[in-house]
Amino acid sequence: MLQQRYTEERSAGQLVRRVLSPKNVIVFLAILIIGYLVLTPAIYLFIATFFSGGAFTLDAFRRAYGTSGLDSMVLSSIVFTVGATVLALALGTALAYITVRTNVPFRSLIVATSLVPLIVPGLLYTIAWVMVASPNVGIANQIGNALTGGPWFDIFSMPGMIWVEGTHNVPLVYLFMFVAFRAMDPSLEESALVNGATRATMLRRITIPLMRPALAAAALVVGVKTLGSFEVPTLLGVPGGIFVFVSRIYYVMSDFPYDTAAAGALSIGLVVLAILGTWALNRMQGDGKQYATVTGKGFRPAALDLGRWKWPVAIGVLVYFLVTTALPLFVMAYNSLLPHFQAISIRAMSEFTLQNYVDLFENPIFARSVGNSLLLAVGTATAIMVLTAVAAWVVVRGRRRSRKLVDQLTFIPMVFPGLVIGLAVSFVYLRNPLPIAVYGTLLILLIAYMTNFLPYGMRYAMSSLQQISAELEESSAVAGASWWQTWTRIVLPLMFPGLMAGWIYLLIVAVRELGSSILLYSPGNEVIAVLIFQMYEEGELVDISALGVVLVVFLSLIVALVHKFGSRVGIRL
Amino acid sequence: MLRIDNLRKTFDVPSDQRGRGRATASAQLAAIDDVSLEIHEGEMFTFLGPSGCGKTTTLRSIAGLERPDSGEIRLSERVLFSRGRGRDREVPVNRRGLGMVFQSYAIWPHLSVFDNVAFPLQVMPRRDRPKKKVIEERVMRVLATMELDAFAGRSATKLSGGQQQRLALARALVTEPPLLLLDEPLSNLDAKLRESLRFELKRLQHEIGITSIYVTHDQVEALALSSRIAVMSKGQVAQVGAPRDIYTHPESKFVAEFIGNSNFLPATAVESGNGTAIVETPQGRLEVAVDRPLDATASYLIGIRPESVEVLAAETAPAAGNGFSGTVAARSYLGEAVDHIVDIGGYEMRARVNPSVSFPAGTAVRLRIDPATISLIPTEGASR
Repeated sequence: MLQQRYTEERSAGQLVRRVLSPKNVIVFLAILIIGYLVLTPAIYLFIATFFSGGAFTLDAFRRAYGTSGLDSMVLSSIVFTVGATVLALALGTALAYITVRTNVPFRSLIVATSLVPLIVPGLLYTIAWVMVASPNVGIANQIGNALTGGPWFDIFSMPGMIWVEGTHNVPLVYLFMFVAFRAMDPSLEESALVNGATRATMLRRITIPLMRPALAAAALVVGVKTLGSFEVPTLLGVPGGIFVFVSRIYYVMSDFPYDTAAAGALSIGLVVLAILGTWALNRMQGDGKQYATVTGKGFRPAALDLGRWKWPVAIGVLVYFLVTTALPLFVMAYNSLLPHFQAISIRAMSEFTLQNYVDLFENPIFARSVGNSLLLAVGTATAIMVLTAVAAWVVVRGRRRSRKLVDQLTFIPMVFPGLVIGLAVSFVYLRNPLPIAVYGTLLILLIAYMTNFLPYGMRYAMSSLQQISAELEESSAVAGASWWQTWTRIVLPLMFPGLMAGWIYLLIVAVRELGSSILLYSPGNEVIAVLIFQMYEEGELVDISALGVVLVVFLSLIVALVHKFGSRVGIRL
Repeated sequence: MLRIDNLRKTFDVPSDQRGRGRATASAQLAAIDDVSLEIHEGEMFTFLGPSGCGKTTTLRSIAGLERPDSGEIRLSERVLFSRGRGRDREVPVNRRGLGMVFQSYAIWPHLSVFDNVAFPLQVMPRRDRPKKKVIEERVMRVLATMELDAFAGRSATKLSGGQQQRLALARALVTEPPLLLLDEPLSNLDAKLRESLRFELKRLQHEIGITSIYVTHDQVEALALSSRIAVMSKGQVAQVGAPRDIYTHPESKFVAEFIGNSNFLPATAVESGNGTAIVETPQGRLEVAVDRPLDATASYLIGIRPESVEVLAAETAPAAGNGFSGTVAARSYLGEAVDHIVDIGGYEMRARVNPSVSFPAGTAVRLRIDPATISLIPTEGASR
């Protein structure tokens, strides 16, 4: 009986059933949606830039790059990106090394505090630094004004931009390097010492070269993020007359009549720069497998004895956290209690009031944008994790051709900064290819967010699937389960903790997102970050402070809850 | 029962493992190169060979996890796979109805012991699927056979190595498949546990009487467990036979070496009688046991196991007898035995002897070899 069932000639019906199997349908749909999300913005950006009235033209490039100050913009972009990336890499790597490999005091405290800045959105962090170090009103400059009659710091400068962007990205580098140092076999360092190397030689010749793949990976993530950073160049660079690609694009797009083609030309230049950087770093990263430093074994952390440097290092680290984390948060909390922005003084403290918070919760736009942000964040996180669960499966287990296709498709958004995605998505939905209204609705933001954050979701989904041995799926197939049964009963349950971790990460980044929202929101569809940006432009610093405190507390609560309950289901952030 | 005909499979080997956007050149590698085998009802059949010999790929092709390029696989009268011989057919992996134990055991960590074993019954096509109660009965019965019934509700990851192996077996057997596939199931265990589980496996296979195919690279395991062995090398079957056959009559140097021979000498027949023959080697003449007269014009290779070489002091032993005279070049103490490297006219022969026998380097010794323990391997030009 079995024999007959399976050896019959393939009929047309069987063929249709085979082609339309759940596996093929689901994989095809996922690739289709990802392809649509990734390729439509790229294609429309290209068309809007190179074609005018149906004819090919380079006019947009002439308008965009012909204006004076081109070299200084390109130079500023590179200086800003390289400067902030190097700063973040140096600080993040040093912190990771100190906490993983030395006997510095308060180690666990340092680990915890070095991750706190992750929770503070970049926009709030930037605004906090304006409050700290703007030449006119900056609280830190009041000391200089009083002592030497002039400000000591100017945040509206290239060093100011590099400082703020760089220090904000330190936790990202820290996470990469923390994992890399943890996984490194300490005996590799020890054998250098045994063979007569000094500690300095060991660091230079052994430790740093071994960390090269991890460093390159961290540099890639931070560098691309910095190049596409919106808040720092716009808030700190523009007032000082320093333009980079992103702020120039925003500037072009906020000047009526909009020269969308010129903005497109600038965007393409920016993407090319990002591709070049990615390519260079990929080469530096090498195979990644050439050094078998990661053996999956837990090493006994052989702490490097800092000796008499123990306390100076600890104090240095502590001061660093006071300056980069505690100071901005403190300034924000302080100002949220004041009726108007002012210097720190005893008199000011007597005016403390909760009125800003009352105003905030009575502001209908605040309530609306919180609702929008949450809706978008939950929608984006859910949609991306569902899509990337399938996409990751195709990349990790699929056939060679589809694996490559999906891998490359999901990587493309990495080189498109948020603002460029916003611009490109606006091009798409001005000539809406979909049968439903998108422009001027929350849907356009959802689409932009999904494109923007797809690579992040992919990273979580891939790493969770890579931890699941292929034999677990094969044994299910041998046991008689269909693809769908294996997928729902084995693969998804095993991937679930990793998918949840990705979901929460996306939730947090989506709530913070400004770059891709700023060109796409419309009245009624504001999100939190856009509201903060508008308030900043109107100079409502104390109201922003109140909002910032609420937002940071809210995001901290999410992270704390996940930390507390997540470990039960195996979620690690 | 299971018939494999002319199975072939090549793999693409990408020269650059990963690379976004980089061109990946690839080379072809023959994993299985024209394998034909027949496995009989109730046998414990072993694929034995070094890594990369194609044993696992052959097993996975039977399971349906790999798709061969050509050839045919039949289970009784049912064609599981056929390609390149008329009408192509392929039964998908989840419809072959076989049992398989994976190298890692592949026990699903999110399911309990009971649910792991119940899974194959639960995912059966709706019309064949037993009722819930029947599933429960069958699962508990097979768990009882494996002495795991007390752990039914427990999380599968909390089991010991031996229990995990029995769980993997229970899961593979719960549907009462016609054929059980075992992919190096003992290779992840430490030496002691491996030995006890080997006996356990043999006992279970004997009790259940299920036709099994076992893949291993360990010749001791293969010899101990199998009814028949196929020694594989470079994607081809080098020799098929019962363990004793393979051990005493290796047909090629590869098989002899893989099964534990380490002394090889070229030889030609000098005198060939009934039962015994005299062969000429560069180190001298030797008597060899044969089942049929040797071909006087052919050349052979003789294989001598280190443990079949007896080492005697030259002064006390007569120069006569089957063997060679030589000088000890080196020795090494192994605890349960002592290895001697003895120089016999330019050839270094390895002899493994009882630890009570031990000669320092430089001692003149006499090596004695029982004719029955010498294997005669035909080389080019010799008929078998």
